[in-house]
Amino acid sequence: MRWVNRQVRRGDRLLLGALPIVLLAVIYIVVAASRHAVNPSDKILPLPGTMAQSMAALIFVPDQLTGQLVFWADTLASLQRLGIGLGISTLMAIMVGLALGVLPPVRATFGPLVTGIAVIPPIALLPILFIALGLGETAKVTLIVIGIAPVMIRDIAAHVAALPREQIIKAQTLGASSWQVMIRVALPQAMPRLLQAMRLALGPAWVFLISAEAIASDVGLGYRIFLVRRYLSMDVILPYVAWIAILAIVMDVTFAFLSRKLFPWAHGESH
Amino acid sequence: MSTLLSFRDVWVEYGDRIIIEKLNLDIEAGSFVSIVGPSGAGKSSFLRLILGQEAPSRGSILLDGTPLAPECGPDRGVVFQRYSVFPHLSALRNTILGMECAQAPLSGRLFGAARRAAQDEATAMLNAVGLGHSLDLYPAQMSGGMQQRLAIAQALVKRPRVLLLDEPFGALDPGIRADMHVLIRNLWREYSLTIVMVTHDIREAFTLGTRVLALDKRRHDPHAPHRFGATAVYDIPLRNRDETAPANNDDITVDVIRNN
Repeated sequence: MRWVNRQVRRGDRLLLGALPIVLLAVIYIVVAASRHAVNPSDKILPLPGTMAQSMAALIFVPDQLTGQLVFWADTLASLQRLGIGLGISTLMAIMVGLALGVLPPVRATFGPLVTGIAVIPPIALLPILFIALGLGETAKVTLIVIGIAPVMIRDIAAHVAALPREQIIKAQTLGASSWQVMIRVALPQAMPRLLQAMRLALGPAWVFLISAEAIASDVGLGYRIFLVRRYLSMDVILPYVAWIAILAIVMDVTFAFLSRKLFPWAHGESH
Repeated sequence: MSTLLSFRDVWVEYGDRIIIEKLNLDIEAGSFVSIVGPSGAGKSSFLRLILGQEAPSRGSILLDGTPLAPECGPDRGVVFQRYSVFPHLSALRNTILGMECAQAPLSGRLFGAARRAAQDEATAMLNAVGLGHSLDLYPAQMSGGMQQRLAIAQALVKRPRVLLLDEPFGALDPGIRADMHVLIRNLWREYSLTIVMVTHDIREAFTLGTRVLALDKRRHDPHAPHRFGATAVYDIPLRNRDETAPANNDDITVDVIRNN
Protein backbone atom coordinates (compact mmCIF):
# COMPACT_ATOMS: atom_id res chain seq x y z
CA MET A 1 0.00 0.00 0.00
CA ARG A 2 1.27 3.48 -0.84
CA TRP A 3 2.18 5.68 2.12
CA VAL A 4 -0.12 8.47 0.91
CA ASN A 5 -3.06 6.11 1.46
CA ARG A 6 -2.12 4.84 4.89
CA GLN A 7 -4.64 6.25 7.32
CA VAL A 8 -3.74 6.04 11.01
CA ARG A 9 -6.41 5.13 13.53
CA ARG A 10 -7.04 7.39 16.51
CA GLY A 11 -5.39 5.19 19.11
CA ASP A 12 -2.38 4.57 16.89
CA ARG A 13 -2.14 8.27 16.18
CA LEU A 14 -1.70 9.08 19.89
CA LEU A 15 0.89 6.35 20.19
CA LEU A 16 2.81 7.47 17.10
CA GLY A 17 2.66 11.11 18.17
CA ALA A 18 4.02 10.30 21.64
CA LEU A 19 6.82 8.15 20.26
CA PRO A 20 9.34 10.85 19.20
CA ILE A 21 8.66 12.89 22.35
CA VAL A 22 9.32 9.91 24.62
CA LEU A 23 12.36 9.02 22.55
CA LEU A 24 13.81 12.53 22.98
CA ALA A 25 13.18 12.40 26.74
CA VAL A 26 14.90 9.03 27.02
CA ILE A 27 17.90 10.22 25.01
CA TYR A 28 18.13 13.30 27.24
CA ILE A 29 18.04 11.24 30.43
CA VAL A 30 20.63 8.76 29.14
CA VAL A 31 23.01 11.54 28.10
CA ALA A 32 22.43 13.49 31.33
CA ALA A 33 22.98 10.39 33.43
CA SER A 34 26.23 9.61 31.62
CA ARG A 35 27.48 13.17 32.18
CA HIS A 36 26.55 12.95 35.86
CA ALA A 37 28.40 9.64 36.11
CA VAL A 38 31.56 11.52 35.10
CA ASN A 39 30.84 14.75 36.99
CA PRO A 40 28.15 14.56 39.72
CA SER A 41 27.85 18.39 39.89
CA ASP A 42 27.23 18.85 36.14
CA LYS A 43 24.95 21.86 35.52
CA ILE A 44 24.51 21.72 31.75
CA LEU A 45 22.19 18.71 31.56
CA PRO A 46 20.42 18.48 34.96
CA LEU A 47 18.63 15.28 35.92
CA PRO A 48 14.82 15.34 36.38
CA GLY A 49 15.25 15.11 40.15
CA THR A 50 17.33 18.29 40.29
CA MET A 51 14.83 20.10 38.06
CA ALA A 52 11.93 19.04 40.30
CA GLN A 53 13.81 20.26 43.38
CA SER A 54 14.66 23.70 41.96
CA MET A 55 11.18 24.15 40.52
CA ALA A 56 9.52 23.13 43.81
CA ALA A 57 11.41 25.96 45.47
CA LEU A 58 10.06 28.43 42.89
CA ILE A 59 6.52 27.03 42.86
CA PHE A 60 5.81 26.47 46.56
CA VAL A 61 8.27 28.59 48.59
CA PRO A 62 7.66 32.35 48.78
CA ASP A 63 10.57 34.50 47.70
CA GLN A 64 12.38 35.98 50.73
CA LEU A 65 12.65 39.44 49.20
CA THR A 66 9.17 39.94 47.71
CA GLY A 67 7.13 37.31 49.56
CA GLN A 68 5.74 36.07 46.21
CA LEU A 69 5.68 32.60 44.77
CA VAL A 70 8.17 33.34 42.00
CA PHE A 71 6.94 30.84 39.41
CA TRP A 72 3.32 31.93 39.64
CA ALA A 73 4.20 35.64 39.73
CA ASP A 74 6.26 35.14 36.54
CA THR A 75 3.47 33.23 34.83
CA LEU A 76 0.84 35.77 35.80
CA ALA A 77 2.92 38.75 34.67
CA SER A 78 3.77 37.15 31.32
CA LEU A 79 0.24 35.98 30.61
CA GLN A 80 -1.10 39.40 31.49
CA ARG A 81 1.24 41.13 29.02
CA LEU A 82 0.53 38.53 26.37
CA GLY A 83 -3.23 38.72 26.93
CA ILE A 84 -3.40 42.51 26.80
CA GLY A 85 -1.16 42.59 23.72
CA LEU A 86 -3.12 39.89 21.93
CA GLY A 87 -6.44 41.45 22.95
CA ILE A 88 -5.54 44.91 21.65
CA SER A 89 -4.16 43.40 18.44
CA THR A 90 -7.31 41.36 17.91
CA LEU A 91 -9.56 44.38 18.41
CA MET A 92 -7.44 46.37 15.97
CA ALA A 93 -7.45 43.50 13.48
CA ILE A 94 -11.21 43.21 13.48
CA MET A 95 -11.91 46.95 13.30
CA VAL A 96 -9.18 48.08 10.93
CA GLY A 97 -9.14 44.84 8.95
CA LEU A 98 -12.87 44.97 8.37
CA ALA A 99 -12.80 48.59 7.22
CA LEU A 100 -9.79 47.94 4.96
CA GLY A 101 -11.39 44.86 3.46
CA VAL A 102 -14.88 46.18 2.82
CA LEU A 103 -14.40 49.88 2.02
CA PRO A 104 -12.21 50.57 -1.05
CA PRO A 105 -11.51 54.23 -0.11
CA VAL A 106 -10.25 53.19 3.34
CA ARG A 107 -8.12 50.49 1.73
CA ALA A 108 -6.63 53.01 -0.68
CA THR A 109 -5.86 55.44 2.14
CA PHE A 110 -4.51 53.21 4.89
CA GLY A 111 -3.45 50.04 3.05
CA PRO A 112 0.10 51.26 2.26
CA LEU A 113 0.59 52.51 5.84
CA VAL A 114 -0.37 49.15 7.34
CA THR A 115 1.88 47.36 4.85
CA GLY A 116 4.73 49.73 5.72
CA ILE A 117 4.39 49.12 9.45
CA ALA A 118 4.10 45.39 8.87
CA VAL A 119 7.48 45.10 7.13
CA ILE A 120 9.44 46.89 9.90
CA PRO A 121 11.13 44.31 12.18
CA PRO A 122 9.42 45.08 15.51
CA ILE A 123 12.54 44.39 17.58
CA ALA A 124 14.20 47.29 15.75
CA LEU A 125 11.53 49.51 17.27
CA LEU A 126 12.14 48.29 20.82
CA PRO A 127 14.69 51.03 21.65
CA ILE A 128 12.24 53.65 20.41
CA LEU A 129 9.52 52.15 22.60
CA PHE A 130 11.76 52.09 25.65
CA ILE A 131 12.79 55.72 25.04
CA ALA A 132 9.26 56.90 24.38
CA LEU A 133 7.28 54.78 26.82
CA GLY A 134 9.79 53.97 29.54
CA LEU A 135 10.73 50.52 30.74
CA GLY A 136 7.31 49.65 32.20
CA GLU A 137 4.48 47.44 31.06
CA THR A 138 3.35 49.81 28.30
CA ALA A 139 6.48 49.36 26.23
CA LYS A 140 6.30 45.56 26.42
CA VAL A 141 2.62 45.39 25.49
CA THR A 142 3.21 47.90 22.70
CA LEU A 143 5.99 45.77 21.28
CA ILE A 144 3.66 42.76 21.12
CA VAL A 145 0.93 44.88 19.48
CA ILE A 146 3.29 46.39 16.91
CA GLY A 147 4.69 42.96 16.24
CA ILE A 148 1.50 41.05 15.57
CA ALA A 149 -1.30 43.55 14.85
CA PRO A 150 -0.25 44.54 11.29
CA VAL A 151 -0.03 40.92 10.18
CA MET A 152 -3.43 40.15 11.71
CA ILE A 153 -4.97 43.27 10.15
CA ARG A 154 -3.66 42.37 6.71
CA ASP A 155 -4.86 38.80 7.09
CA ILE A 156 -8.40 39.85 8.04
CA ALA A 157 -8.50 42.55 5.36
CA ALA A 158 -7.40 40.10 2.68
CA HIS A 159 -9.91 37.51 3.87
CA VAL A 160 -12.78 39.99 3.85
CA ALA A 161 -11.77 41.43 0.48
CA ALA A 162 -11.79 37.90 -0.93
CA LEU A 163 -15.44 37.28 0.00
CA PRO A 164 -17.35 36.48 -3.20
CA ARG A 165 -18.47 39.68 -4.92
CA GLU A 166 -21.86 38.01 -5.36
CA GLN A 167 -22.44 38.05 -1.62
CA ILE A 168 -21.79 41.77 -1.32
CA ILE A 169 -24.09 42.47 -4.29
CA LYS A 170 -26.76 40.19 -2.88
CA ALA A 171 -26.62 41.96 0.49
CA GLN A 172 -27.12 45.29 -1.25
CA THR A 173 -30.12 44.01 -3.17
CA LEU A 174 -31.52 43.05 0.24
CA GLY A 175 -31.20 46.70 1.22
CA ALA A 176 -27.97 46.56 3.24
CA SER A 177 -25.95 49.75 3.73
CA SER A 178 -22.13 49.76 3.89
CA TRP A 179 -22.37 49.47 7.67
CA GLN A 180 -24.80 46.58 7.47
CA VAL A 181 -22.62 44.80 4.91
CA MET A 182 -19.76 45.16 7.37
CA ILE A 183 -21.53 43.92 10.50
CA ARG A 184 -23.94 41.36 9.02
CA VAL A 185 -21.97 39.90 6.10
CA ALA A 186 -18.25 40.59 6.52
CA LEU A 187 -17.81 40.54 10.32
CA PRO A 188 -19.40 37.13 11.03
CA GLN A 189 -17.47 35.56 8.19
CA ALA A 190 -14.23 37.13 9.40
CA MET A 191 -14.62 35.75 12.94
CA PRO A 192 -13.37 32.19 12.29
CA ARG A 193 -10.46 33.68 10.37
CA LEU A 194 -9.78 35.99 13.30
CA LEU A 195 -9.43 33.05 15.68
CA GLN A 196 -7.12 31.44 13.12
CA ALA A 197 -5.08 34.64 12.94
CA MET A 198 -4.86 34.72 16.76
CA ARG A 199 -3.55 31.16 16.78
CA LEU A 200 -0.90 32.03 14.22
CA ALA A 201 -0.02 35.28 16.01
CA LEU A 202 0.58 33.50 19.32
CA GLY A 203 4.01 32.30 18.17
CA PRO A 204 5.38 35.77 17.30
CA ALA A 205 3.61 37.24 20.36
CA TRP A 206 5.61 34.93 22.64
CA VAL A 207 8.82 35.88 20.83
CA PHE A 208 8.22 39.60 21.38
CA LEU A 209 7.13 39.01 24.98
CA ILE A 210 10.26 37.06 25.88
CA SER A 211 12.48 39.59 24.07
CA ALA A 212 10.95 42.52 25.90
CA GLU A 213 11.17 40.74 29.24
CA ALA A 214 14.76 39.68 28.61
CA ILE A 215 15.87 43.27 28.04
CA ALA A 216 14.07 45.19 30.76
CA SER A 217 11.83 43.66 33.39
CA ASP A 218 11.72 42.54 37.00
CA VAL A 219 9.22 39.71 36.70
CA GLY A 220 8.08 37.36 33.95
CA LEU A 221 8.91 34.00 32.41
CA GLY A 222 11.37 35.50 29.93
CA TYR A 223 12.97 37.63 32.63
CA ARG A 224 13.52 34.59 34.87
CA ILE A 225 15.08 32.52 32.09
CA PHE A 226 17.56 35.24 31.22
CA LEU A 227 18.24 35.96 34.91
CA VAL A 228 19.13 32.41 35.94
CA ARG A 229 21.24 32.01 32.78
CA ARG A 230 23.95 33.89 34.70
CA TYR A 231 24.16 30.98 37.15
CA LEU A 232 24.01 28.38 34.39
CA SER A 233 20.77 27.16 36.00
CA MET A 234 19.62 24.79 33.32
CA ASP A 235 17.50 23.09 36.03
CA VAL A 236 15.25 26.21 35.98
CA ILE A 237 15.56 27.20 32.33
CA LEU A 238 14.45 23.84 30.92
CA PRO A 239 11.24 23.53 33.02
CA TYR A 240 10.41 27.18 32.26
CA VAL A 241 10.76 26.56 28.52
CA ALA A 242 8.60 23.43 28.84
CA TRP A 243 6.01 25.46 30.79
CA ILE A 244 5.94 28.13 28.04
CA ALA A 245 5.41 25.37 25.48
CA ILE A 246 2.53 23.92 27.52
CA LEU A 247 0.88 27.35 27.91
CA ALA A 248 1.20 27.99 24.16
CA ILE A 249 -0.28 24.60 23.28
CA VAL A 250 -3.20 25.06 25.69
CA MET A 251 -4.00 28.46 24.14
CA ASP A 252 -3.73 27.08 20.62
CA VAL A 253 -6.04 24.17 21.39
CA THR A 254 -8.48 26.50 23.16
CA PHE A 255 -8.74 28.80 20.14
CA ALA A 256 -9.22 25.86 17.78
CA PHE A 257 -11.92 24.46 20.07
CA LEU A 258 -13.65 27.85 20.38
CA SER A 259 -13.68 28.27 16.61
CA ARG A 260 -15.33 24.89 16.08
CA LYS A 261 -17.79 25.53 18.89
CA LEU A 262 -18.77 29.08 17.96
CA PHE A 263 -18.67 28.86 14.17
CA PRO A 264 -19.73 25.35 13.19
CA TRP A 265 -20.75 26.60 9.73
CA ALA A 266 -17.11 27.43 8.96
CA HIS A 267 -15.81 23.95 9.66
CA GLY A 268 -17.09 21.98 6.72
CA GLU A 269 -20.24 20.57 8.29
CA SER A 270 -21.33 19.24 4.95
CA HIS A 271 -24.68 17.77 3.99
CA MET B 1 -48.97 45.96 -19.85
CA SER B 2 -46.85 48.82 -18.66
CA THR B 3 -43.17 49.21 -19.30
CA LEU B 4 -41.05 48.50 -16.24
CA LEU B 5 -37.52 48.75 -17.56
CA SER B 6 -36.49 50.62 -20.63
CA PHE B 7 -33.10 50.86 -22.28
CA ARG B 8 -32.52 53.95 -24.40
CA ASP B 9 -29.57 53.76 -26.80
CA VAL B 10 -27.38 52.06 -24.20
CA TRP B 11 -23.66 51.52 -24.81
CA VAL B 12 -21.15 49.78 -22.56
CA GLU B 13 -17.49 50.37 -23.33
CA TYR B 14 -14.32 49.43 -21.48
CA GLY B 15 -11.61 51.63 -22.94
CA ASP B 16 -11.79 51.03 -26.70
CA ARG B 17 -13.52 47.69 -26.22
CA ILE B 18 -17.22 47.91 -26.97
CA ILE B 19 -19.34 45.35 -25.14
CA ILE B 20 -22.88 46.51 -25.82
CA GLU B 21 -23.86 48.95 -28.52
CA LYS B 22 -27.04 50.80 -29.34
CA LEU B 23 -29.36 48.71 -27.18
CA ASN B 24 -32.98 49.82 -27.26
CA LEU B 25 -35.33 47.71 -25.28
CA ASP B 26 -38.51 47.81 -23.24
CA ILE B 27 -39.28 45.18 -20.65
CA GLU B 28 -42.88 45.01 -19.57
CA ALA B 29 -44.05 44.46 -16.03
CA GLY B 30 -44.97 40.84 -15.47
CA SER B 31 -42.90 39.42 -18.27
CA PHE B 32 -40.38 36.60 -18.01
CA VAL B 33 -37.50 37.55 -20.25
CA SER B 34 -34.85 34.99 -21.10
CA ILE B 35 -31.51 36.28 -22.31
CA VAL B 36 -29.42 33.94 -24.44
CA GLY B 37 -26.33 34.45 -26.52
CA PRO B 38 -22.80 33.18 -27.01
CA SER B 39 -20.10 33.73 -24.40
CA GLY B 40 -18.70 37.23 -24.48
CA ALA B 41 -21.82 38.71 -26.05
CA GLY B 42 -22.50 40.95 -23.11
CA LYS B 43 -25.06 38.86 -21.23
CA SER B 44 -23.36 39.46 -17.92
CA SER B 45 -22.79 43.12 -18.69
CA PHE B 46 -26.48 43.43 -19.48
CA LEU B 47 -27.37 41.93 -16.11
CA ARG B 48 -24.85 44.12 -14.31
CA LEU B 49 -26.47 47.15 -15.95
CA ILE B 50 -29.87 46.24 -14.56
CA LEU B 51 -28.35 45.39 -11.19
CA GLY B 52 -26.71 48.78 -11.09
CA GLN B 53 -23.29 47.20 -10.66
CA GLU B 54 -22.13 49.35 -13.52
CA ALA B 55 -23.47 52.37 -15.37
CA PRO B 56 -23.83 52.57 -19.16
CA SER B 57 -21.13 54.64 -20.82
CA ARG B 58 -23.81 56.17 -23.06
CA GLY B 59 -27.59 56.16 -23.02
CA SER B 60 -29.94 55.69 -20.12
CA ILE B 61 -31.82 52.97 -18.31
CA LEU B 62 -35.18 53.78 -16.76
CA LEU B 63 -36.92 51.78 -14.07
CA ASP B 64 -40.57 52.85 -13.78
CA GLY B 65 -39.67 55.93 -15.77
CA THR B 66 -36.92 57.14 -13.43
CA PRO B 67 -33.22 56.74 -14.23
CA LEU B 68 -31.60 53.77 -12.53
CA ALA B 69 -29.10 54.58 -9.78
CA PRO B 70 -25.70 53.04 -10.56
CA GLU B 71 -25.82 51.12 -7.30
CA CYS B 72 -27.60 47.93 -6.28
CA GLY B 73 -30.77 48.49 -4.33
CA PRO B 74 -33.66 46.57 -2.79
CA ASP B 75 -35.91 47.21 -5.82
CA ARG B 76 -33.92 44.58 -7.74
CA GLY B 77 -33.57 41.04 -6.42
CA VAL B 78 -30.89 38.74 -7.72
CA VAL B 79 -29.99 35.06 -7.73
CA PHE B 80 -26.53 34.14 -8.99
CA GLN B 81 -25.32 30.74 -10.07
CA ARG B 82 -23.33 30.43 -6.85
CA TYR B 83 -22.54 32.37 -3.66
CA SER B 84 -26.01 33.91 -3.45
CA VAL B 85 -26.62 32.83 0.14
CA PHE B 86 -24.67 33.67 3.26
CA PRO B 87 -22.81 30.62 4.60
CA HIS B 88 -22.82 31.90 8.20
CA LEU B 89 -26.61 32.14 8.51
CA SER B 90 -29.25 29.44 8.71
CA ALA B 91 -31.96 29.33 6.05
CA LEU B 92 -34.41 31.27 8.20
CA ARG B 93 -31.87 33.95 9.15
CA ASN B 94 -30.71 34.21 5.54
CA THR B 95 -34.28 35.04 4.62
CA ILE B 96 -34.87 37.49 7.47
CA LEU B 97 -31.74 39.45 6.65
CA GLY B 98 -33.47 41.60 4.03
CA MET B 99 -36.16 42.67 6.49
CA GLU B 100 -33.63 43.28 9.26
CA CYS B 101 -31.58 45.57 7.05
CA ALA B 102 -34.61 47.68 6.21
CA GLN B 103 -35.99 47.97 9.74
CA ALA B 104 -32.82 48.17 11.86
CA PRO B 105 -30.34 50.44 10.10
CA LEU B 106 -27.89 50.52 13.01
CA SER B 107 -27.83 47.05 14.53
CA GLY B 108 -29.03 45.14 11.48
CA ARG B 109 -30.98 42.88 13.82
CA LEU B 110 -34.58 42.64 14.97
CA PHE B 111 -35.82 41.72 18.41
CA GLY B 112 -39.09 40.83 20.09
CA ALA B 113 -42.34 41.25 18.19
CA ALA B 114 -40.71 42.71 15.07
CA ARG B 115 -38.42 39.68 14.92
CA ARG B 116 -41.32 37.25 15.29
CA ALA B 117 -43.26 39.01 12.54
CA ALA B 118 -40.24 38.86 10.24
CA GLN B 119 -39.73 35.20 11.10
CA ASP B 120 -43.34 34.39 10.24
CA GLU B 121 -43.06 36.13 6.89
CA ALA B 122 -39.76 34.43 6.14
CA THR B 123 -41.14 31.04 7.14
CA ALA B 124 -44.10 31.51 4.81
CA MET B 125 -41.73 32.38 1.98
CA LEU B 126 -39.49 29.39 2.72
CA ASN B 127 -42.58 27.18 2.68
CA ALA B 128 -43.49 28.62 -0.71
CA VAL B 129 -40.13 27.57 -2.17
CA GLY B 130 -40.27 24.15 -0.51
CA LEU B 131 -37.79 24.69 2.30
CA GLY B 132 -40.35 24.60 5.11
CA HIS B 133 -38.54 21.69 6.76
CA SER B 134 -35.03 23.13 6.52
CA LEU B 135 -35.37 26.41 8.40
CA ASP B 136 -32.38 25.81 10.66
CA LEU B 137 -29.98 24.28 8.15
CA TYR B 138 -26.85 26.16 7.13
CA PRO B 139 -26.17 26.48 3.38
CA ALA B 140 -23.23 24.06 3.66
CA GLN B 141 -25.68 21.41 4.83
CA MET B 142 -27.93 21.94 1.80
CA SER B 143 -27.79 20.59 -1.74
CA GLY B 144 -27.22 22.94 -4.66
CA GLY B 145 -30.93 23.00 -5.50
CA MET B 146 -31.91 23.83 -1.93
CA GLN B 147 -29.38 26.66 -1.86
CA GLN B 148 -30.90 28.15 -5.01
CA ARG B 149 -34.40 27.82 -3.51
CA LEU B 150 -33.11 29.68 -0.47
CA ALA B 151 -31.56 32.39 -2.65
CA ILE B 152 -34.90 32.85 -4.41
CA ALA B 153 -36.82 33.06 -1.12
CA GLN B 154 -34.27 35.51 0.21
CA ALA B 155 -34.75 37.77 -2.81
CA LEU B 156 -38.55 37.47 -2.88
CA VAL B 157 -39.22 38.57 0.71
CA LYS B 158 -38.04 42.01 -0.39
CA ARG B 159 -40.79 42.04 -3.09
CA PRO B 160 -38.39 43.33 -5.75
CA ARG B 161 -39.73 45.17 -8.79
CA VAL B 162 -37.64 42.92 -10.96
CA LEU B 163 -35.96 39.59 -10.20
CA LEU B 164 -32.67 38.95 -11.96
CA LEU B 165 -31.50 35.39 -12.44
CA ASP B 166 -27.90 34.86 -13.57
CA GLU B 167 -27.71 31.28 -14.85
CA PRO B 168 -29.51 30.24 -11.67
CA PHE B 169 -29.88 26.57 -12.58
CA GLY B 170 -26.63 26.12 -14.49
CA ALA B 171 -24.89 24.17 -11.73
CA LEU B 172 -27.81 21.83 -10.96
CA ASP B 173 -28.34 18.34 -12.30
CA PRO B 174 -31.19 17.81 -14.80
CA GLY B 175 -33.81 16.36 -12.44
CA ILE B 176 -33.40 19.15 -9.91
CA ARG B 177 -33.35 21.69 -12.72
CA ALA B 178 -36.78 20.51 -13.91
CA ASP B 179 -38.13 20.91 -10.37
CA MET B 180 -36.68 24.40 -10.18
CA HIS B 181 -38.34 25.31 -13.50
CA VAL B 182 -41.72 24.35 -12.05
CA LEU B 183 -40.97 26.33 -8.89
CA ILE B 184 -39.86 29.50 -10.61
CA ARG B 185 -42.82 29.45 -13.00
CA ASN B 186 -45.27 29.02 -10.14
CA LEU B 187 -43.64 31.80 -8.13
CA TRP B 188 -43.61 34.03 -11.18
CA ARG B 189 -47.35 33.54 -11.55
CA GLU B 190 -48.34 33.73 -7.89
CA TYR B 191 -46.30 36.80 -7.02
CA SER B 192 -46.78 38.54 -10.42
CA LEU B 193 -43.02 38.85 -10.78
CA THR B 194 -41.02 40.42 -13.52
CA ILE B 195 -38.07 38.18 -14.22
CA VAL B 196 -34.96 38.67 -16.33
CA MET B 197 -33.01 35.45 -16.64
CA VAL B 198 -29.64 34.96 -18.28
CA THR B 199 -29.11 31.36 -19.35
CA HIS B 200 -26.89 29.20 -21.51
CA ASP B 201 -29.64 26.66 -21.94
CA ILE B 202 -31.71 27.51 -25.03
CA ARG B 203 -34.38 24.98 -24.11
CA GLU B 204 -34.75 26.51 -20.66
CA ALA B 205 -34.96 29.98 -22.20
CA PHE B 206 -37.87 28.95 -24.42
CA THR B 207 -39.79 26.83 -21.89
CA LEU B 208 -39.74 29.42 -19.14
CA GLY B 209 -39.73 32.77 -20.87
CA THR B 210 -42.56 34.83 -22.27
CA ARG B 211 -39.95 36.51 -24.39
CA VAL B 212 -36.51 35.46 -25.51
CA LEU B 213 -33.79 37.98 -26.26
CA ALA B 214 -30.68 36.83 -28.08
CA LEU B 215 -27.68 39.09 -27.56
CA ASP B 216 -24.95 38.96 -30.17
CA LYS B 217 -22.78 41.13 -32.35
CA ARG B 218 -24.52 42.32 -35.47
CA ARG B 219 -21.32 43.11 -37.26
CA HIS B 220 -17.90 41.59 -37.03
CA ASP B 221 -14.62 43.18 -38.00
CA PRO B 222 -12.01 40.38 -38.27
CA HIS B 223 -9.16 42.88 -37.76
CA ALA B 224 -10.64 44.52 -34.69
CA PRO B 225 -13.22 42.18 -33.20
CA HIS B 226 -13.48 44.27 -30.05
CA ARG B 227 -14.69 47.36 -31.91
CA PHE B 228 -18.24 46.10 -32.40
CA GLY B 229 -20.47 45.45 -29.44
CA ALA B 230 -23.43 43.16 -28.97
CA THR B 231 -27.06 44.11 -29.08
CA ALA B 232 -30.39 42.31 -29.14
CA VAL B 233 -30.30 40.50 -32.47
CA TYR B 234 -33.45 38.45 -31.93
CA ASP B 235 -36.43 39.48 -29.84
CA ILE B 236 -38.92 36.65 -29.81
CA PRO B 237 -42.25 37.11 -28.03
CA LEU B 238 -43.57 33.69 -27.02
CA ARG B 239 -46.83 34.00 -25.09
CA ASN B 240 -48.30 36.14 -22.39
CA ARG B 241 -48.59 35.13 -18.79
CA ASP B 242 -52.28 34.22 -18.86
CA GLU B 243 -51.85 31.41 -21.34
CA THR B 244 -51.53 28.27 -19.31
CA ALA B 245 -50.35 25.94 -22.02
CA PRO B 246 -49.03 27.38 -25.26
CA ALA B 247 -50.77 25.24 -27.86
CA ASN B 248 -49.26 26.52 -31.06
CA ASN B 249 -45.57 26.15 -30.36
CA ASP B 250 -45.04 22.55 -29.34
CA ASP B 251 -41.84 22.61 -31.30
CA ILE B 252 -40.15 24.89 -28.80
CA THR B 253 -42.00 24.13 -25.60
CA VAL B 254 -40.35 20.91 -24.68
CA ASP B 255 -41.84 20.15 -21.35
CA VAL B 256 -45.47 21.11 -21.38
CA ILE B 257 -46.68 18.92 -18.57
CA ARG B 258 -43.92 19.51 -16.13
CA ASN B 259 -43.77 23.23 -16.54
CA ASN B 260 -47.38 24.28 -16.68
